[in-house]
Amino acid sequence: MAGLYCPVCNPKGENYMKLKTILMSTAAAGLMLGGTSVAVNSASHGMAPCEGCTDSLTVVSWGGAYQNSQVKAYSEPYAEATGVKFVWDESSNEAVAKLRAMNEAGNVTWDLVDVVASDAIRLCDEGLAMEIDADNDLADAPDGTKASEDFGDLMVSGCFVPQIVYSTTFGYRTDVADWGGKKPESICDVFDLENFPGKRSLEKRPINNMEWALICDGVAKDEVYDVLATPEGVQKALDKLGTIKDSVVWWSAGAETPQLLADGEVVMGSTYNGRLFSVIEEQKQPVAMLWDAQVFDLDGWIVPAGLPADRLARVKHFLKYATDTQRLADQAKYISYGPARKSSAPLVGKHAELGIDMAPHMPTDPNNAKNTFLYNYEWWADNRDDLDAKFQAWLAQ
Amino acid sequence: MADAAVSGTKTVLTTHDGKPLKVSLAKALRREKLRALMLIAPLLLFILLSFIMPIADMLFRSVENGIVAETLPKTVVALKNWDPASGEAPGEDVFAALHDDMKVAVAEKTHTRLGSRLNYDQPGISSLFRKSGRRIGRMKEGDYKQQFLDIDDGWGSVENWTTIKRLSPTITDSYFLASVDAERGADGIERKPENERIYILLFVRTILLSMAITVSCILLGYPIAYLLANLPVRTSNLLMILVLLPFWTSLLVRTSAWKVLLQQQGVINDVLVWIGLIDDAGRLVMINNMTGTIIAMTHILLPFMILPLFSVMKTISPSYVRAAKSMGATDWTTFWRIYFPNTVPGIGAGSILVFILAIGYYITPELVGGTSGVFISNRIAYHISSSLNWGLAAALGTILLVLVLALYWVYDRIVGIDNVKLG
Amino acid sequence: MSAAISTFRPSLTGFTVPMIAGLGAIFGFLWGLSMGNGLVGLIAGGALAAVIAYVLASSMENRGLGVLAASVLIGVIGLFLGGAGGAVAGAAMGAITGNATYWLSTGRYRAVLPPYASSKQVLWHHFFRIGICGAIFFFLIVPILIIIPLSFNAENFFTFTKAMLALQPEGYSTKHYSDFLTNPDWQQALRNSFMIAPAATLLATAFGTLAAIGLSQSHVPFRRAIMVVLISPMIVPLIISAAGMYFFYSRIGLQGTYWGVVLAHAALGTPFVIITVTATLVGFDRSLTRAAANMGANPVTTFFKVQMPLIVPGVVSGALFAFITSFDEVVVVLFLGSAAQKTLPWQMFTGLREQISPTILAVATIMVAISIALLSVLEYLRRRSERLRGLTPG
Repeated sequence: MAGLYCPVCNPKGENYMKLKTILMSTAAAGLMLGGTSVAVNSASHGMAPCEGCTDSLTVVSWGGAYQNSQVKAYSEPYAEATGVKFVWDESSNEAVAKLRAMNEAGNVTWDLVDVVASDAIRLCDEGLAMEIDADNDLADAPDGTKASEDFGDLMVSGCFVPQIVYSTTFGYRTDVADWGGKKPESICDVFDLENFPGKRSLEKRPINNMEWALICDGVAKDEVYDVLATPEGVQKALDKLGTIKDSVVWWSAGAETPQLLADGEVVMGSTYNGRLFSVIEEQKQPVAMLWDAQVFDLDGWIVPAGLPADRLARVKHFLKYATDTQRLADQAKYISYGPARKSSAPLVGKHAELGIDMAPHMPTDPNNAKNTFLYNYEWWADNRDDLDAKFQAWLAQ
Repeated sequence: MADAAVSGTKTVLTTHDGKPLKVSLAKALRREKLRALMLIAPLLLFILLSFIMPIADMLFRSVENGIVAETLPKTVVALKNWDPASGEAPGEDVFAALHDDMKVAVAEKTHTRLGSRLNYDQPGISSLFRKSGRRIGRMKEGDYKQQFLDIDDGWGSVENWTTIKRLSPTITDSYFLASVDAERGADGIERKPENERIYILLFVRTILLSMAITVSCILLGYPIAYLLANLPVRTSNLLMILVLLPFWTSLLVRTSAWKVLLQQQGVINDVLVWIGLIDDAGRLVMINNMTGTIIAMTHILLPFMILPLFSVMKTISPSYVRAAKSMGATDWTTFWRIYFPNTVPGIGAGSILVFILAIGYYITPELVGGTSGVFISNRIAYHISSSLNWGLAAALGTILLVLVLALYWVYDRIVGIDNVKLG
Repeated sequence: MSAAISTFRPSLTGFTVPMIAGLGAIFGFLWGLSMGNGLVGLIAGGALAAVIAYVLASSMENRGLGVLAASVLIGVIGLFLGGAGGAVAGAAMGAITGNATYWLSTGRYRAVLPPYASSKQVLWHHFFRIGICGAIFFFLIVPILIIIPLSFNAENFFTFTKAMLALQPEGYSTKHYSDFLTNPDWQQALRNSFMIAPAATLLATAFGTLAAIGLSQSHVPFRRAIMVVLISPMIVPLIISAAGMYFFYSRIGLQGTYWGVVLAHAALGTPFVIITVTATLVGFDRSLTRAAANMGANPVTTFFKVQMPLIVPGVVSGALFAFITSFDEVVVVLFLGSAAQKTLPWQMFTGLREQISPTILAVATIMVAISIALLSVLEYLRRRSERLRGLTPG
């Protein structure tokens, strides 16, 4: 999950606001229409036969609950209809490195790769991902809206087909005796060891952590990157993180925090909101969400460049199916991430097994998105190596 | 043997076909040597191709730096005449060359790759290449310098240009400098600012932790090896299974076992809470730190200490000890003056083996080491798969390799590589 | 306890009973702690053990019967205090107490030492064996054994549940094993492991055996240098091998392929084959091959009819080492492999790092079973080889 730049977003951030507005409106639409539109979605998807296609697909994703939602919503129905065999590789974390190695070798073994937007942009820049012609390669919305318009500004790169909007946020245990009945309500409670003692889990990288630290050190939200650009600002952020360093378990895979929370190894921790959903609602663990200062991001597909024709044909066939309006809406039955298509939002209904309404669990739900934070892709692209070195040096001390 | 050659006073022995015996023997020897080499050749070739070549390739990657000259060939030439000491950005000729190079690079999509490479040495430079790449097609002819400066005033920075000029040669020491926390500043090589130093710390930590693990292995392995060497064969064979079973058990199995045992909600803490030694809030933190790494790795490497120690102790004749005792030495004196010195070669062999194995460990520190218990290997893996700084990973790997090879050489001197025994 | 002869019997009330009472007090203290009151347990355990020791030592000559009686007695007490789990723990404590009583009271503990050993020496001797070495063996073996019962946990926890400790059948289940057997991810990983390891073993054994035979000839030029190169895959840290292979195999198109992983694993396995085969050749009587050659056998026949049967144990144990190297290897495959080559250790690694499910413990248990099987074969081969070559009487 590398933070990189976003060509549609200029550094001043107006487009972030635009992006945010779009996100909020799709969610609101989902909320209003969610109940009524379930009946509409039964129209089955007529699938064109795939000619000259391979009969297996290697798909790379993140593992865990997220991959499971993709299996349930996309690959299982597709396999049932076509008999294609799916091989899943949980390597999205190392996708850029491995794709670069495969590209150097001229031997790409992956067919479809799930990456975050920033990685997609980087892969596209390096020529490691294929350009997608949205209107030809992807399915139109049921009402005939072209795919490019349906995805809108969320298609942040020519190679990227977004699936979901997710956020990185905190979860906490609700049964911590030492807290004396208090519950963390603000992001800054993460840094408050006095009122909320116990271990926390944070991601083992500077992105998000540095911003949260500065916000809780009194820096205004829109000045965070200006402060972080100075050496003093970096030190300020690290010092703030230093106040809780001894109580932090650092994670590098998204599934770690849910596991640590469930085992009681930590009392609060950051991770992707969908992972927390499955701990709370599916595993019924005593965990709750702290939505404050959640950070939005996008996740979606890229097709590696240089696939042979038969494999490419199969990938395109699957991609068209897996990113249509219904499939994206279906995914939200299994995990609480918002679908990236506008037309999918009204189709989001209830959880497949639990039968609960999914809309209130989406990161974009107005109740959850009272205070959100958008990190600056461009800024991180420039300063990632530098800050990462400083962060890791600080971590190792 | 009528044809035995006689020349002067010297008789030369020959074989029955008339060749001198010496020649014939030499020929036989040559044939034998050749046959031995023929038998070894397939494996040697295989190891060279599948193992030594990759290592050599890695060594090469740690200094390779063709990307600047390949991506910006004209700029590199034009930059030759620019002097960073002038304090001013290069002139129009360099920018014109940059424009030409960038046009090609953007078409091949190599400019962002170059940007990422330069960004390792000069934070912020990658966005220059990204932004300029997007607008290069719209540039008008003439006054390229101003046009580039309009895109981003970073193009006017002497520092950025110095970095490009410095990294123009196809061979670079920048990765090696970075891996010892140094960089090339205005006045030659200097140490990095304090808050960016990490690799020396990690190397030192790797060595210290490996030493701690080696020492714990000696402390735990010595009594066991002694017991096994002094028990009747039948009993010692039986107890040997307790040593060999961990040796044969998958590394991951043992690491998962330690994870299960050591975590805060794990078996050891549960037992301690259960019998009341600690209360539920005061559970011990034994994992995701140095303690976790040392405990788990001592367990994993202990057999490598016990086995060489055992084979040395087995050869010590009990009569030495009896002789000492019969002459009135106490138990302790006998052990310390007679028995222990005889076991030193075993300790040496075991220690080097354990140390060599420990210093390159990756899996166990990754799973139980947290942040304070990780090794340099974990950093190498990070640079390969996450930060994509392969040159730095190769340089760090090369340093580690040199360290290990030095120890390997010592081991070969002391123990002899032929004397490695298994099981 | 001065000079002693083989029929030495220590004082019953002055030595055996207090010692056993001390042992009982420790057991009682631990038991008491777990039930909330250590002191009561300490006193009760000490008193009970003292009585048992006195009765057994003074009036129960039959050792087996005595141990049984002690074990049943404490087992029944345990049953009342802590159910089925308590009964088992109690029976074990009883058996230990009983055995210790006879060990001390009959003076057998001194029999292993020369009669002139002082009591301090006797104490140190047993403290060293039972206290120090026992603890280290415990440290060596318990982590491996502990995962076996935990893999039968009915819950998704990594620790013993109350139901498990009380030995209730509901506390145990084989669901993690059935998950392993039905989960396609694990099955695919298992299949891949059994596709890669044998191929790597075959390559490593074939090349390695030939080279070992070559190396054991009497005249080999550059022997030492060659040996250093051939053993190096065992010495070079895996992360460096993995990094080098990753970069190099990427360049030549082997990264992420089945053969890439097989070649890498074969390279890592060859040093083991060379070492084990060379070891069997050290004791090989070279006049046997000369005799065969003398009687007209060509080199190939000599090799297969004379040399091969004698070095077979070395080759097989080398092959086993190569197999386990590949079968357990995770670092290289993590870098070199792609999803289609995901092996069992790889799957375990991701599981441990991300979603640590108890299925991992079930897999671990199966892998321990495989290790035990391989170890037994190896031990059998070693003995056979030594017997064949007349090195030890067997």
